[in-house]
Amino acid sequence: MIPRFHADTVPRAQNPLARLILPMDALPAHMHPERSFQGFILALQRFWAEQSCVILQPYDMEMGAGTFHPATTLRALGPKPWNAAYVQPSRRPKDGRYGENPNRLQHYYQFQVIMKPSPPDLQDLYLKSLAAIGIDSGLHDIRFVEDDWESPTLGAWGLGWECWCDGMEVSQFTYFQQVAGVECAPVAGELTYGLERLAMYVQGVDRVYDLNFNGRDGSARVSYGDVFLQAEQEYSRHNFEHSDSEMLFRQFTMAEEACRKYLDAGWKDGKREAHLMALPAYDQCIKASHVFNLLDARGVISVTERQSYIMRVRDLAKACGEAWIHTEAGRAD
Amino acid sequence: MPDLLLELFSEEIPARMQAKAADDLRRMVTDKLVAEGLVYEGAKAFATPRRLALTVHGIPARQSDLKTERRGPKLGAADAAVQGFLRATGLKSLDEATIQRDPKGDFYVALIEKPGRDAIDVLAEILPVIIRTFPWPKSMRWGERSAKPGSLSWVRPLHSIIATFGLETEQPDVVKFSVDGIEAGQTTCGHRFMAPAAISVRRFGDYEAKLKAAKVVLDAQARRDIILADANELAFAQGFELVEDQVLADEVAGLVEWPVALMGSFEKEYLSIPDEVIRATIRNNQKCFVVRDPKTGQLTNKFILTANIEASDGGKAIVAGNERVIRARLSDAKFFYETDLKTKLEARLPKFDGIVFHEKLGTQAERIQRIAELAAQIAPMVGADTEKAKRAAHLAKADLLTEVVGEFPELQGLMGKYYALAQGEDAAVAAASEEHYKPQGPTDRVPTDPVSVAVSLADKIDTLVGFWAIDEKPTGSKDPYALRRAALGVIRLVVENKHRIHLEKIVLKAIDGLAPLDDNGSRWIWGYDPNSPLSQKQRDRGVVESLQSLVSNDAALISQLLSFFADRLKVQLREQGARHDLVDAVFALGGQDDLLMVVRRVEALGKFLDTDDGKNLLAGTKRASNILSIEEKKDKRAFDGAPDAGLYKLPEEKALAKAIGQARGEASAAVAKEDFAGAMGAMAKLRPAVDAFFDKVKVNDDEPRVRENRLRLLNEIRAATRAVADFSKIEG
Repeated sequence: MIPRFHADTVPRAQNPLARLILPMDALPAHMHPERSFQGFILALQRFWAEQSCVILQPYDMEMGAGTFHPATTLRALGPKPWNAAYVQPSRRPKDGRYGENPNRLQHYYQFQVIMKPSPPDLQDLYLKSLAAIGIDSGLHDIRFVEDDWESPTLGAWGLGWECWCDGMEVSQFTYFQQVAGVECAPVAGELTYGLERLAMYVQGVDRVYDLNFNGRDGSARVSYGDVFLQAEQEYSRHNFEHSDSEMLFRQFTMAEEACRKYLDAGWKDGKREAHLMALPAYDQCIKASHVFNLLDARGVISVTERQSYIMRVRDLAKACGEAWIHTEAGRAD
Repeated sequence: MPDLLLELFSEEIPARMQAKAADDLRRMVTDKLVAEGLVYEGAKAFATPRRLALTVHGIPARQSDLKTERRGPKLGAADAAVQGFLRATGLKSLDEATIQRDPKGDFYVALIEKPGRDAIDVLAEILPVIIRTFPWPKSMRWGERSAKPGSLSWVRPLHSIIATFGLETEQPDVVKFSVDGIEAGQTTCGHRFMAPAAISVRRFGDYEAKLKAAKVVLDAQARRDIILADANELAFAQGFELVEDQVLADEVAGLVEWPVALMGSFEKEYLSIPDEVIRATIRNNQKCFVVRDPKTGQLTNKFILTANIEASDGGKAIVAGNERVIRARLSDAKFFYETDLKTKLEARLPKFDGIVFHEKLGTQAERIQRIAELAAQIAPMVGADTEKAKRAAHLAKADLLTEVVGEFPELQGLMGKYYALAQGEDAAVAAASEEHYKPQGPTDRVPTDPVSVAVSLADKIDTLVGFWAIDEKPTGSKDPYALRRAALGVIRLVVENKHRIHLEKIVLKAIDGLAPLDDNGSRWIWGYDPNSPLSQKQRDRGVVESLQSLVSNDAALISQLLSFFADRLKVQLREQGARHDLVDAVFALGGQDDLLMVVRRVEALGKFLDTDDGKNLLAGTKRASNILSIEEKKDKRAFDGAPDAGLYKLPEEKALAKAIGQARGEASAAVAKEDFAGAMGAMAKLRPAVDAFFDKVKVNDDEPRVRENRLRLLNEIRAATRAVADFSKIEG
């Protein structure tokens, strides 16, 4: 274990590896992260639960990345501590390949961890989480390679790395510096695992659809393809050929207007001191962002317009961030 | 004298920042030490992915005491002045001051002794300031403390600091300071995975050794050497050779603390992709080296990766993992390459209509059109087939729209060549795709094939004329469009290929391309559809008007560009060791737009000036010029016009006049034949007559008419030498 250096920080919960991961033979075979996609997810959830994270379920809206979840975007703001982990289905309409590409999906899973303030041993925790899903750092070459993260639509940036395992990027590791246009104080650490990619690695398959989903064999085996291949084909058709652009343009404007309306209405007594409706307003920002992604995939937004749509979403995100830091969970007291 | 050891241990520092950070640390600490009067003997800084380290040896243990004198008020000055003096100097009373005698009146002087401080205390003061003000290109906050204003910023979270100071023979002391809650001490950690335990160190010697034992090679240079040596050995063992790549080796050295080279392979079918694409894929995305077969010079299906650990299975899993990623990447690259081959280059061109080259200079399509026309006009001057030059220029940029170049921009041009050959283009036309970007700088290869030369010249001259016309010239260190490089490229293309080209003519053609002449002889901007949306936008922005005024003054534009070329040529010749004043002397003749002739003339002039005849003639001409300029100033008039033969009084005058006439005639004839050595030889014959003239003849004769005539004769010397160069511009 790497010793801690901050004399002034209390060591995090003592959690020797032995205690937090069940010995492999205690797990039924079909739950091993090396065998089963769902076992893999459960292992990560279990690991981060042991780090006193709240384990949330996916947010019930379409979004491009786990970062959009209010548990990250909004909770990263303000002084109150916050530790959470969750799986978030991520929609990237442009990345659809009709199920024909072995690694590209328009819908995939991200596993997201957020810890505020970032603990001094976050890198160490991350490495232990890899061990928990079967990646042994004595056997594999794990690297932290510079990657500055920026989300123009969220008005957010941070510094960190892409984490490589044997030359493959398996996670993003970011210390948020600014989110929704607001400086992070304190800074939150964010980890994003590309679940399919990592699972493919530990299961040793080259095609995402070949992942064993439930860890069973024979007729009981369910593959990732059994679950998602048809969806990839259908959504690719939808995203590239049939999505109703006219409706989407209207939806974008409606979401934008609703977001503004809720934000305006949320200021308590009309004074900009306390806000009472940041979360519903932010939902509309998420909505606008996803609708923009759909329009972009459909190829109906020109290069010059593109920038202005991104700016419009960013303005919403910033306004939501501003509202959030005036709410119960976002403010100092 | 004692040494300092400093280590700043953090989370992974981006590879590209490490070398500069080490250098900054050394510079900042040593500058501060010197500013504090602590002159050290030596310093060296190091960087790994997780630490910056610095050793400074031979620092004096203590600053020397400083004695200063401070002059005070005069004796008997007002009490307020005395009190002020005492306060400022810390003296208790005037008794502690001395009195200095001065003729203007005696005054008090305070002797202030400032005792030197211990170096370790000085260090404890300067090190935290340096850490807080360290110039990382990008830095961040982290952890609990980032909630407070003024928290420390570092490139990534900083975990610990070692700062020890002491003699080599003794137990050193810890320099006591803390930065944002991190106390300096003498503990660090070894390799993240192989030796993560804490290590206690005393000084640089045991620090470096203990790190090595803990699987950390401190010196980036050493890591790089290990990587290259091991990689070479791995390749050699299989009968192959490493494709050496210094830039990659430096980068990889910044990604590992303990380099372990391993070899992997990929399926042979991927060798159907061009070598450069394989290399770019493996190098840029995976930071791995490629390997070639020395017999064929072609890549083999091997690559070499650098791991950061000695894995428990000897690296099998690491190799297998990297192979999977590289296979996936190569599979993408192969797909891109094969997809690209399905579309002919010319079929891509319409897309350029929608791509703006520069908002004031139109679209890429318009630019390609201009380059093609210009290349066709240049072709006959460089011995190229006009049609081929035109075709080559049309296709040369088409690969910018291909998948492979989209993925690997550094392969632009090269891919164009491959795709052109694949679609059956003439070899010279295909080659121009790659070659027309060359030369990229003073050391890059210069294309020689006439078609490539024509396209390359057209591309560069169109760029130069365009940016000149919209007033985007390079200033100082700013040259965002690389116009200096373009001009140097033109010079090298012309001179090294020995092409005779009148630049003025080509520049004018390029202006015509940018802004054609209409029937009334005035220029109008964009020979293209005035109703196109782009033209409309330019009109709205007033671009048309501003351009109109710029290009309508052809002469000014041309002369500015020519003097820009002259400047670049000067820089180029100076770097080759030639005298830049000779370039001035030749350009001062005016109308020098044939760069090859300029260079030849400069060479001949340089050789001539190395001879005694040359030196003396230069001295004589300068003497004549000096006398003339003095007399011209005195009389406020020029002494031009032919001398009157009837006024010659001395034989030396007549001889000089004759020699001038002869030399001038011969030199002009030689220049006309481009025989510059011959012209210089003719000039050399002037020398005895000039020498004899100055020996025997007094220029300022008492008789005004004779004086004037002699001055005219001097003017003739000056004029005669202008057949080869303007001697007044030559130094010495």
